[in-house]
Amino acid sequence: MLIGGILVITRRNPVHSALALIVTLLAQASIYLMLYAPFVAGVQIILYAGGIMVLFLFVIMLVSIDCSIRERQLNRQWLVGMIAAAALGGSLISAFVKGRNMFPEHALPIVESDNTQNLATMLYGQYMFAFEIASLLLLVAIIGAVVMAKKKI
Amino acid sequence: METMLHITTLHYLVLGAALFLLGVVGVLTRRNVVIVLMSIELILNAVNLNLIAFSRVWGGLHGQVFAIFVITDAAAEAAVGLGILIAFFRNKETVNLDEVNLLKW
Repeated sequence: MLIGGILVITRRNPVHSALALIVTLLAQASIYLMLYAPFVAGVQIILYAGGIMVLFLFVIMLVSIDCSIRERQLNRQWLVGMIAAAALGGSLISAFVKGRNMFPEHALPIVESDNTQNLATMLYGQYMFAFEIASLLLLVAIIGAVVMAKKKI
Repeated sequence: METMLHITTLHYLVLGAALFLLGVVGVLTRRNVVIVLMSIELILNAVNLNLIAFSRVWGGLHGQVFAIFVITDAAAEAAVGLGILIAFFRNKETVNLDEVNLLKW
C-alpha cells in the first residue's frame, strides 16, 4: 500500500499515478476487512476504485498530457514543501513515540455478520440529518461540476 | 506464540500517518493538477484509515459511519475539482499549478 502511495506521487505520467492509486485503494480496502468493516471496504472498492478513479482517468484522457510529461515535474517551492512535510512527519513520529502506550492493545470484538445492518440503522436513525446534508452536498457538487465543465458559462 | 507480532492500533495509526505524509508531499511539491488531486485523495484515505482503526478500538460503528461521510465528501471534491480542471485547461491549455496566476498581482 505504501509502495502504491509512493508511486502515486513520483510517477511522471498521470495515468501511471492513477493506476498506482487504484492499487493503494484496493490494499486499503483489504485493511478495512481486517478491521471488521466489510461494508466500508465494499464502498471503498465500488466508489473509489470504481467511480472516482474512472472519473480521474476520463479527465486525464481529456486534458492532453503529452507536453506536461516532458516538463519540470516539481514546482518552485518544492524544497520548502519538503521541509514542511518533514517537520510534520517529525512531530507525528514524536507523538507516536511518546503516546505509544496510550492505545489499548486488545480491541473490543465487533460482530461482523450484522455490520451492514447496524450501519444502516445508524445511518438512517442517529445520523439522519448528516445523511441529508451529504445528499445535498452531492447535489451541489453535481451542479457545480456540470456548470464548470460547460463550454460557455 | 508470544514472539508472534500482533497488529495493534498503533500499526494502523503509523500506516495512516505515513499515507497522510505521502499525500502532503504530493500536494506541496508536484506541479500537475491531476496528481495534486490524487494526493488529496490519499490524504482523505489516511483519515478514513484512522477513523476505522479507532472505531475498531472502541467497538462502535460511529467511526465507520464517519468514514462513509468522508468518502462522500471525497467524491464531491473529486467531481468539482476535475470540473474546475477541465475549465482551466480549456482556457490556458496547461495543467501546471504554477501557471494558475490569474488572481496574483
